[in-house]
Amino acid sequence: MSATLQTAETRTMTGAEIVLQALKDNGVEVIFGYPGGAVLPLYDALFQQNAIRHILVRHEQAAVHAAEGYARSTGKVGVVLVTSGPGATNAVTGLVDALMDSIPVICLTGQVPTHLIGNDAFQEADTTGITRPATKHNYLVKDIRKLAGTVHEAFYVAKSGRPGPVVIDLPKDILIGKGPYSEAPQAPHRSYRPQTEPDMASIRAAVRLLKGARRPIVYAGGGVINAGPEASRLLNEFVHMTRMPCTNTLMGLGAFPAEDPQFLGMLGMHGTYEANLAMHGCDVMLNIGARFDDRVTGRLNAFSPNSKKIHADIDPSSINKNVKVDVAIVGDAGAVLKALIECWQADEQPQDRAAIAEWWRAIDGWRGTGCLQYRQEGSIIKPQHAVKRLYEITREMGRETFITTEVGQHQMWAAQYFGFQKPNRWMTSGGLGTMGYGLPAAMGVQIAHPDALVIDIAGEASILMNIQEMGTLAQYRLPVKVFILNNEYMGMVRQWQELLHGSRYSESYSEALPDFVRLAEAFHARGMRVTEASQLDDAIREMIAHPGPVIADIAVAKDENCFPMIPSGAAHNEMILAPGQKGGVTGVTDEGKVLV
Amino acid sequence: MPDSLETTLRNATIAVLVENEAGILARVVGLFSGRGYNIESLTVAPVDADRRLSRITIVTSGTDMVIEQIKAQLDRLVPVHKVSDLTLEGPHIARELALIKVVGKGEARMEALRLADAFRARVVDATIESFVFEMTGAGEKLDAFIALMRPIGLAEVSRTGVVAIARGPGGFEA
Ligand SMILES: Cc1ncc(C[n+]2csc(CCOP(=O)(O)OP(=O)(O)O)c2C)c(N)n1
Ligand SMILES: [Mg+2]
Repeated sequence: MSATLQTAETRTMTGAEIVLQALKDNGVEVIFGYPGGAVLPLYDALFQQNAIRHILVRHEQAAVHAAEGYARSTGKVGVVLVTSGPGATNAVTGLVDALMDSIPVICLTGQVPTHLIGNDAFQEADTTGITRPATKHNYLVKDIRKLAGTVHEAFYVAKSGRPGPVVIDLPKDILIGKGPYSEAPQAPHRSYRPQTEPDMASIRAAVRLLKGARRPIVYAGGGVINAGPEASRLLNEFVHMTRMPCTNTLMGLGAFPAEDPQFLGMLGMHGTYEANLAMHGCDVMLNIGARFDDRVTGRLNAFSPNSKKIHADIDPSSINKNVKVDVAIVGDAGAVLKALIECWQADEQPQDRAAIAEWWRAIDGWRGTGCLQYRQEGSIIKPQHAVKRLYEITREMGRETFITTEVGQHQMWAAQYFGFQKPNRWMTSGGLGTMGYGLPAAMGVQIAHPDALVIDIAGEASILMNIQEMGTLAQYRLPVKVFILNNEYMGMVRQWQELLHGSRYSESYSEALPDFVRLAEAFHARGMRVTEASQLDDAIREMIAHPGPVIADIAVAKDENCFPMIPSGAAHNEMILAPGQKGGVTGVTDEGKVLV
Repeated sequence: MPDSLETTLRNATIAVLVENEAGILARVVGLFSGRGYNIESLTVAPVDADRRLSRITIVTSGTDMVIEQIKAQLDRLVPVHKVSDLTLEGPHIARELALIKVVGKGEARMEALRLADAFRARVVDATIESFVFEMTGAGEKLDAFIALMRPIGLAEVSRTGVVAIARGPGGFEA
């Protein structure tokens, strides 16, 4: 054979070099990974270049969460590199997490050489089989000529339409072999071409309903954040010009500014009284970029019973899945909002301002309940107070602040008491509810924003699920602050046991906890413990001022419950409020008990 | 109560045009099992070698809302080109092929042959004590013939599952 022609389009390289070149061409600057036999060729290629920085995590699950944190806080694709077998299986939780929350992640997994696939070779796992339902799409590359094209396609799939995780399984012989490099194709994808521009007829139908609404509400979710900051700006513009109340899902916090008077707070199971009652009582609902999740709707046949529903989503399979809607709009949230604004302005029909004012009076009445009020008395720190002070102090300081969380009561308190004014500042595991998400996610955020203040609001149980990542913080000098609301319980489990299982606290006590101060020190970080309410503010300031990573172990009230709460199987107007607040109800039905 | 209105089940024959690539069938089957949808029958074969396309025909049942979901879920699989609900989109032809082995002697043999003739089943293999019939038709016709063969000496049945196509000139292009 004659010598291969080396042009810009087709250069011959090793498989490992092809992968790195394709990553670079897709704008990748950093990857999170952990080495092993099957990916050694990639690690060798990484060693010999400087364009892509590799962050060595301590567990592959953490690599995926870090990539998620990176992706959510930047809008870019997060990239992960793990070895075959256990490396890949360890990554699965992170992949499902990214799938449920629609986060664009690419996970490169090593694989045994093609001729050994299926032979139960050392560290072989059927990675594409295992991750098929854990990803948006996955690939096993068996032909080096398809390698570059596959990586380019993976980026397109991960970030277009409804974003999600993509696995590329890379047999070792493919990484070592030589093949052609090709640039990303210009032609559209053969089969996957999600619709981003909304159909104008559905936009007009939506505006007609919204203009005539007497009790409208905008319910915005993570889709607005995924659509980029411009979509959040447009949401702002739309909500202001239409004078409608706006509520956000857990995933959507920050899409609309928390301190705006038209914001009703989060909705759903631990949402505010006003947001849930407004959802229940509205006559027209505009859902934009949310998916009528069961945490949001409560009992489906009692969900917002008298409203016309408009649902805008980039994923047609989200529409009419749980809730039947009157107007379906398929499209990117930003494009939909832009079209809604234009159509609203062009439409002659006047809005019934008097009815809207009346609606706001009802909402203000519900607001008057003060469903998030709590009393901080005595020296025991209320967890709500700890989050509220953390919010107020960071706000006074005016530093760019990013919050991640673990999963449990502390997560809900963070959502309720920390206000987000901008998108991409809040990363939490919503759909999967993965304990152990927050610390690695914070790592990924800090890598992307080295000068920002990044805080993981944690529970003492969750933090132990990926505590090994303190080592990564130390290695890369990432000044992440871990703010533990230590109630010595798996608080959310304890709360359900109190409300649903006769206060039988089966296995939910956090027994034999580590000394978090010494644990921090063992990982070369600063440890702090706070037990008195009077020390809280100073401790928060000290934590923030410390230039390196910190674990702040905040001893909080042990038996506090998270309210308001719509118990499983209940409707929005059947909320349980905190003891002493008026307006809610109590009790969980038998049907509710089977729900999670 | 909006969800109780949605309880009437219907059948749907769904045609899916997909990339002919490894794992595509696993994706489709995994989607059905993972989301708890029914599969009454599923067939797949390449239909366009040049363009590397295969066609899957799935017979399923569910409420209108569930069948809409099935279509939307199939459509968002990356290697899926096109999804069509043949049941909803107009008249279509659905056919199935069966190979049916009947064992017996004497009068039973003659009866089997007479019935096969009436049902237009072809004999594709014969020994002095057995026949294999080949039969094409709608599923119910196959069911009826198989039921008749049972008392006569039905030994074995192999069926392809349903393939279907819309009537008229309209095509199903990628
Ligand atoms: C990986 C994983 N396992 C189990 C659960 C179930 N779960 C949800 S919240 C919770 C308790 C969390 O306790 P902690 O981190 O102390 O938070 P708290 O509720 O006390 O604030 C558990 C076990 C989960 N969400 N994730
Ligand atoms: Mg706890």
